[in-house]
Amino acid sequence: MLALRDVTKTFGARVAVDHVSLTVERGSTRVLLGSSGSGKSTILRLILGLLRPDGGQISVDGGMGYVVQEGALYPHLTARQNATLPARAEEWTAARMAARLDALAKLVGLEPALLDLYPGELSGGQRQRVGLARALMLDPPVLLLDEPLGALDPISRAELQTHLVGIFRELGKTVLLVTHDVREAFLFGSTITLLNNGRVVQEGTFEDLARRPAEPYVAEFLRAQAPPPNMTAYL
Amino acid sequence: MTPRRLAALLAIALAALGPAAAWAATPARVGSKSFTESYVVAEIVAQVAEQVGEAPMERKLGLGGTGIAYGALASGEIDIYPEYTGTISHAILKDASVTTVDALRARLRPLGLTISDPLGFANTYALAVARDTAARLGLRTISDLARHPGLSAAFDAGFLERDDGWPGLRRHYGLQLARVIGMEHALTYQAVASGHVDVIDVFSTDGQLARFDLVVLEDDRHFFPDYAAVLLARASLPERLPRTWTALQQRLAGRIDNATMARLNAEVELDHRTFAQAAAAFLGDREAARPTRRRDLIGDVGKLTLEHLALVAVSLVVAVAIGLPLGLLAARHRVVGQVELMGIGVLQTIPALALLAFMIPLFGIGKLPALVALSLYALLPIVRNTYAGVTSLDRQLVDMAAVMRLGRWQRLAWIELPLASVTIMAGVKTAAVLTVGTATLAAFIGGGGYGTLIVSGLALNDVRMILAGAIPAALMALAIHVAFEALDRLVVPRPLHGARGTAR
Ligand SMILES: Nc1ncnc2c1ncn2[C@@H]1O[C@H](COP(=O)(O)OP(=O)(O)OP(=O)(O)O)[C@@H](O)[C@H]1O
Ligand SMILES: [Mg+2]
Repeated sequence: MLALRDVTKTFGARVAVDHVSLTVERGSTRVLLGSSGSGKSTILRLILGLLRPDGGQISVDGGMGYVVQEGALYPHLTARQNATLPARAEEWTAARMAARLDALAKLVGLEPALLDLYPGELSGGQRQRVGLARALMLDPPVLLLDEPLGALDPISRAELQTHLVGIFRELGKTVLLVTHDVREAFLFGSTITLLNNGRVVQEGTFEDLARRPAEPYVAEFLRAQAPPPNMTAYL
Repeated sequence: MTPRRLAALLAIALAALGPAAAWAATPARVGSKSFTESYVVAEIVAQVAEQVGEAPMERKLGLGGTGIAYGALASGEIDIYPEYTGTISHAILKDASVTTVDALRARLRPLGLTISDPLGFANTYALAVARDTAARLGLRTISDLARHPGLSAAFDAGFLERDDGWPGLRRHYGLQLARVIGMEHALTYQAVASGHVDVIDVFSTDGQLARFDLVVLEDDRHFFPDYAAVLLARASLPERLPRTWTALQQRLAGRIDNATMARLNAEVELDHRTFAQAAAAFLGDREAARPTRRRDLIGDVGKLTLEHLALVAVSLVVAVAIGLPLGLLAARHRVVGQVELMGIGVLQTIPALALLAFMIPLFGIGKLPALVALSLYALLPIVRNTYAGVTSLDRQLVDMAAVMRLGRWQRLAWIELPLASVTIMAGVKTAAVLTVGTATLAAFIGGGGYGTLIVSGLALNDVRMILAGAIPAALMALAIHVAFEALDRLVVPRPLHGARGTAR
């Protein structure tokens, strides 16, 4: 389980996270939705312990895997070295690391031949898969993903989205996924938390948000990303 | 004889012989400043002492200016060097009222020093102008200069700063010159001969005066004190080597007049004899005085190359060994870092020659103080680039290391150092190339290297010799640059080649 209670974080005069409470049940996926600057990344960084909250409590049971937008792979290490780095820090044997990486490469859809390339030699989608394999290396119960597909083209994005939904369900991970993409929120989240200016505006299923918006902002946010009505006719 | 008794006997024999043997074998070390006259007189001292044969002689010649040579004497690195009474009272005792030999001896005794009787010549400062300038403006005395405020002058840095030099002279005569610049003494002759400046400072025994056809202006209002040449020595020298000291007094005191000294200077500077040959000529040693081609120093380029390379390599290794951890420390603790970077920055503003001089009381003269000074000098680019490299890493990459719970050393070895390696290597490369240049100054404190040729060449105004030191130094800087490009390939991880640290 992952829980935030009344968490606040300010940067100087700027309130980045404003009394946020949030609970993600074990094995479920929660989507953090919000526009740019709404505090999504800051919430993940607080959970990871990279930032200290000004107030409130955060509790996480178990280790965490972290995936970010462009992968944050180390350019001087091969895909294999990047993915196995957490295991190396834990002093796993080479054989154990190799076996684990084999399994993970299959899971995330990475051809073994790609593992010996450097990040600079991989496509964006391939880098994301390596980043995901790294986050899963030690099999942490909790996964935090910060716009993991944000930098991908629509096709690889759609493909990875379905792929990820399957993986999360299969592995039973507790997932907190950040996005500003309404389509992605719909695909991933049984529950969605919509943020604005560091504040939770509404929490619920996609249907709740669409049918019973708590504030005009909710409807505005969803409508802004809906395809124009005359466009849907062509699809 | 039992082994025990043998050992006892040996111990007694050693106890009896040891100190005496060590005493006799301790060489006497003669030093000089880095200008012709000082080299020649020091060489004369060495040759006289060698003829007496009381102790082996060691020559530590070309020790820069008064600061370095006196520093070497005070710290016991040398036993004796030629000095001038005026310099002793003004620059060493800092009391202009002490002028007589007896008064000087009395004041030097508490310092553990003594002087010989005056050698005969006096090397006073003087002002000189080109002969045609003198004729054109009717210049004969220093007072005459006051009538020509449009003139320009180039003075040796020492003369320019010292109160018994230009500042005092200017006040004494009420002089006003349009432009006064500081310049290495040996270069001022070219400057005045080529008409770039009108007035320079010279010494009364200058061998170059005739060569450049200069006229010495009369000190008509008697500003310059008498700079009578003496031998400044540690008081222990006469006690330790009484016969040597007596011989020096008998054969040198009052025996070298201005004309003789100027002639010896000219023999070296104009006739290209070695210091040793000029000294031998004075001492009447015909054989040793026979002129040969001056090959002794230039022929040493191979040896000097090794010396220079060793200076650069050792100081660089030390600077990296110290600078890298300092840079990392600065990156970890912001406050410590700022203080540290400021401190090292200040160190860099100390002129290299001054830094070398500071080393003498601590480390004496020779290779060690040179290495220490060069290492300190090489520190800044290494520390600064390490700091910059580590603090400018991509935030996500650093965060990711924290999330993965890498330990402090794992983070350093696996992530931070490899990612910062491009920047760090750039700093090391800068330091290496800079050090090749700075190391030429090591010769001023007896550190060896290409600077030996440059220092002697400057003293002799021998452009060929200066270039024989300067050109190989430039070539070495180039070679080191190329070598570092190759080293980059080894140290920097392959995917980062040509990149700037944090490319994804
Ligand atoms: N280290 C920091 N120092 C100062 N301000 C910060 C810092 N990190 C975030 N902020 C501010 O906090 C607010 C929230 O930022 P955050 O990165 O959490 O937004 P986000 O929802 O992730 O936006 P995006 O969708 O653009 O990634 C922003 O106004 C941002 O400027
Ligand atoms: Mg963000």
